[in-house]
Amino acid sequence: MSASGLQHMGSRLKLFLPLFLFVVLATILFRGLSLDPSEMPSALIDRPLPQFSLPALGADRMLSSEDVSGEVALLNVWATWCISCRVEHPYLRQLADAGVPIFGLNYKDSDAAALRWLEELGNPYRLNIADREGTLGVDLGVYGAPETYLLDADGVVRYRHVGVVDENVWRTVLEPLYIELTRAENTP
Amino acid sequence: MTLLRTLLLSALMLGASHAVALIETYDFSNPELEARYQYLSDELRCPKCQNQNIADSNAPIAQDLRRLLHQQLESGASDDEVLEYMVDRYGEFVRYRPAFSGTAVLLWLAPILLLFGAVGVLIATLRSRPKNVSEGTALTAEDNARLQKLLNTTERDS
Repeated sequence: MSASGLQHMGSRLKLFLPLFLFVVLATILFRGLSLDPSEMPSALIDRPLPQFSLPALGADRMLSSEDVSGEVALLNVWATWCISCRVEHPYLRQLADAGVPIFGLNYKDSDAAALRWLEELGNPYRLNIADREGTLGVDLGVYGAPETYLLDADGVVRYRHVGVVDENVWRTVLEPLYIELTRAENTP
Repeated sequence: MTLLRTLLLSALMLGASHAVALIETYDFSNPELEARYQYLSDELRCPKCQNQNIADSNAPIAQDLRRLLHQQLESGASDDEVLEYMVDRYGEFVRYRPAFSGTAVLLWLAPILLLFGAVGVLIATLRSRPKNVSEGTALTAEDNARLQKLLNTTERDS
């Protein structure tokens, strides 16, 4: 092919530049449609649960991070002032009945109200940490209840879900990770 | 009538004082701390209401973070220590101006890279243009003769 022929083809290819740019932009924008800009990963992922020493809800003893580690478990941040927590509660009970260990973090709440709630609505929690001032909440990076952390057997945070845990969230997000971690624990 | 007006006005004013009271104030042991408090609470982003800083937001978590910020400043923490504390817990996300590390490097460098790119395209475009425009398009003696001939034809016709 002659030099002018090549040049000719080059200028013809240039005509496709707007189309090419459009395809690139459209791909990026289309991806953006399915992203959730408010979703932010926890800063604690793959780091151990922060050290704490807080009273147990409804029992006269202090709890520390050792009390919630030992097996793969959920740590659920809840409060009686949190309306979504009430929505989430029945499903947590189902999970607990199915044998999933769930620990509660009663976040910036009054003990009396929390105990009444558990009495009325049932108690899915192995035990509850009473974080009245929200100090453990800050160390965990909690910014609103409900939040649910998936902990492995060593008490390392593996995942955080912000918002209500329902059947959909459990089946598609938490359960696969839960099964994977449980398997890893059983085959050292 | 005036009584009704006075009552209405006082009712409105009562409402106004409530609206102002939503964001609490703190006492600082010295004005320098207060300036740093202002700076940091403008700089830190509220994790709950993500388009506000903690100074503007009245979300409970922003209130908690302001209280923590006040406590930390009063106990002598440096700006870096405060930011590190917050980033450790809420991620790089809490800073409106993220640190120059990780993927944020791309963010910081993007304007400079785009500028270089644009200058590059400009230079390339200018170079690919013919240097002297008149070189190829100027009329030769032959063209001039033909032009003259055409002009003559038109004049004769009219």
